[in-house]
This record gives sequence, structure tokens and C-alpha cells, in this order.
Amino acid sequence: MKWTNNRLFSQLIPWAIPFLILFIWQFFSIKGIISDRILPAPTEVFSAGWELIGTGELREHISISLWRAIVGFLIGGILGFFLGLFNGLFKISDMLFDTSIQMIRNIPHLALIPLVILWFGIDETSKIFLVALGVLFPVYINTYHGIKSVDKDLIEMGRAYGLKGPALFFSVIFPGALSSILVGVRFSLGVMWLTLIVAETISAHSGIGYMAMNAREFMQMDVIVLSIVLYALFGKLSDMIARYLESKWLRWNA
Amino acid sequence: MEDIHSQTHVSIRNLRKTYNNREVLKGIDLNIAKGEFVAIVGKSGCGKSTLLRLLAGLEPKDDGEIIINGTGLAGLNLNSRIMFQDGRLLPWKKVLDNVGIGLKGDWKPRAIEALRNVGLEDRGEDWPSKLSGGQKQRVALARALVHEPNILLLDEPLGALDALTRLEMQDLIEKIWKKVQITSVFVTHDVEEAVALADRIILIEDGDIVLNKSINLPRPRQRSNSAFTNYVEDILRKIMDSSDLRLVVKHK
Repeated sequence: MKWTNNRLFSQLIPWAIPFLILFIWQFFSIKGIISDRILPAPTEVFSAGWELIGTGELREHISISLWRAIVGFLIGGILGFFLGLFNGLFKISDMLFDTSIQMIRNIPHLALIPLVILWFGIDETSKIFLVALGVLFPVYINTYHGIKSVDKDLIEMGRAYGLKGPALFFSVIFPGALSSILVGVRFSLGVMWLTLIVAETISAHSGIGYMAMNAREFMQMDVIVLSIVLYALFGKLSDMIARYLESKWLRWNA
Repeated sequence: MEDIHSQTHVSIRNLRKTYNNREVLKGIDLNIAKGEFVAIVGKSGCGKSTLLRLLAGLEPKDDGEIIINGTGLAGLNLNSRIMFQDGRLLPWKKVLDNVGIGLKGDWKPRAIEALRNVGLEDRGEDWPSKLSGGQKQRVALARALVHEPNILLLDEPLGALDALTRLEMQDLIEKIWKKVQITSVFVTHDVEEAVALADRIILIEDGDIVLNKSINLPRPRQRSNSAFTNYVEDILRKIMDSSDLRLVVKHK
């Protein structure tokens, strides 16, 4: 067995670089090479986080951000999935919707922020709307492409073996499209965080993005950096979830 | 031979098929008896696979009739099961679930039994990607037979296998065919394989039947036997006679 196959080792090695950077960062801060007005030391960021946990503020901001992310993701993801599904399966639906979807897709959804603020104000609807809009297209495109690229020979085999309608869909078409759909999900998770960060930074009175903007007003460097680190951790977490789903549902592909 | 093969099972009359203005089948007439093993040979693009696909009902015919047990075929032929050259197992289903595709009710015992008949009863829980080419085709054969079809259609199922595995598979197909006495149509470009397995060989050239020859050899057939090699040579000569190669030589 090669030493890279060691279980503990292979779980720890991906974290080596983040920890090394933390270490160097801490070292430079202590030595005064990096001024704490430019970048506070990791320990300061950590204690700011601890303090905010103590007051319950952090929990509140995180939970509202997570809620926005999940609701927006579900709405956009489900819409994108079903649009991709129908356009991939039915020609009439494809002809009717695809052109319109492609036109809307090419508008950067973040460019709609001024419009969205005017429509929905700065409450929850505007953030969820933007996240849903951002998530919709990656899921749509990959679902559509996945359905379209299912092996025609396998579909023919399914029909020749008496499968049709839902049985054909669930045995052949959907599993055949699944790996592409999951690529869309993974990509859209990234879009989800990006959209949420921008939306919360520009127009919100709660959430992690708001926490960062608010800290800027008071020059709380440690809180700003904390928000950025939180986004990195949540990004990693959602990627881990997506990977887990892939390894669970695409086991046959291993 | 007459007693079991006397009853016509499949009757093909004036069957025509055209793709993009190219006539692939030019009015095929063929009767196949119940339980008969017919091999269809011919060069690539001669229309032999098209004939099989029409028999399976996978494609609509342009003209003519396919009559099965006295009834004209329209749409998918659900009395038949087809085995493809590339296996076409679903990679996301375990071997046993692949065999069970399209079965209803309590299908598992039947699928296990079908796997046992092809000697793979212990591979049911494997993914298809873990199987060799020959094993995949055995699973495909089990999948076809588990439906207990009246007609087995084989579209060059051994074409992608190595020589030794081919021999093994030929034996298996013959054994199973003998056991269930199923009407079989076997498309191949390997004349020796056709002579080894078939009751009758149909040679198709350019969309027409040019040879319809019964093979009167006892089974299991000895390939080294002179009668066997004579059959193979006869058919090969017939193929070569009309080949483009010969035409080129003639023109010179």
C-alpha cells in the first residue's frame, strides 16, 4: 500500500495549505510585518467570531444567510431542473421555451440588482429572487444537456424490452442524465454563494454580507475577515455535499 | 427435421426499406419455421441488420409485410427480444437489475434463474463495468431470454469478442437454443459461425437474398469435418463471386 492511500493522511493533506497560510499569516502579524489595520491576525478574527457567537449575533446572521441560500437554491434549482427536463424530453416545450431562456440567461443576473431593489425593496424576496435566478440557468443547461445526451442506443434497448413512459424515464433517461445534472448542481452552488454575497453586501439589514458591510462602517477589520472566511467555509461545505451526492448516486461510474 | 420445423412462424413478404433515397432492402421474401435457427450473413451495409431491426419493430418498414403467427406486425415486436452487438447493459444498474429490465411482479427469482442459465449466477450484484466483454454478452443473453420470447433476434452479438470467447458463446447459444427451441435469427458476418449454428443460412447482398441454403449437419458440429468446411467454402465463394474486388479484377 502506498502511503498516499493512508486514510488519515489522505483526509488531512488537503488542509495542509490552508493551515500553512494561517500559520504564516499569524507569524507575520505577530512580527508586525502585516499591520492589523490591513489584515488582523487569525487569532483576532477567531476571537471576534467567538465574541459574536457569545452575543448570538453570528448565529442569527448565518442562519438568515443559509435560509436565503437554501430557499433560493431550491426555487431556482427545481425550476431549472423541470425546464431542462421538459425541454430535453419534449420538442414542443423546447421550441416554445428555449429561445426565451437563452435570452434571459445571457443577462448577468447581478445587473438586475437595481431593478430588483425597486421591485422588492431590500427584504427577503429580492435576495431569494436573485439567488433563484442565478441558480436556475446552470441547473437548466446541464439538465437539458444531460437529457439530450443520454445514449440513444440504451433508450432503444429500453423500448425494445418493453419500457415506456415513466419506467423508461426512471430506468434509462434520468440515470443517464444524472451525472450531468449533478455537474449543474455543483456549479450552481457556487453561483448561489456569489449571488448571495453580492446581494447581501449591497442591500440587506441582516446576513453575513450585511455583517461585513456593517463592520466596514466601524472599521472592524476582524469581522470583515471573519465574514470572508465564513464564505470560504460554507463554499467548501456545499461542495462537499455535492461531492457526497455524486459519490452516492454515481457509484456505478467509479 | 420436418416435424418440428413444419409450422411457419415468421413470414416476410416483399419487405422494403429505404434510407435517404438508398434502398437498403429491395423486397425480401423469407419464411422462418417455428424453432428454426436462421443465420443471415452478408457484408457490412448489405441490409442484414436492417432486416433484423425491422423484425424487432424498432423501425417502420416502407412496404411489404412481416407476419408472425398469422398476424401482421405493427410497431414493436413484443414477442421477440433482440440482443445487440454492444450489449447495451445499463451501467447504473447491477447485473441482476439489468436482467430484470421490463419484468413485472416477482421478477427476482426469474432473473436469478436466467443468470444461472448463462453461468453468471454469482455476478448478480456486480456493476456491468466489472464484467468482461463475453460476460456482458452473456448477461445480455440472459436479459433477452428471461422474457421467454417466441423469437430471439441476435444482431452480431459476438462481433466484438475475441476468438476464444466467441467459441464459448457459440456453444452457449446453441445449448440454450436447443433447450428452449426458440425461433432464432442470427445476423453475423462470420460464415463459419453461421455454419456452426444455423439450420439455414440466408446470404443478403445489396438488399436482396442471393442464397438460401439449409445446413444438413448433425449437431454439435465438428468444424474440422470436411462437410462443414465445404459449406463454409461454398458460401464464401458465393460472397466473393459478386464482390467489388472481383469486379475490379474483371475490368482489368
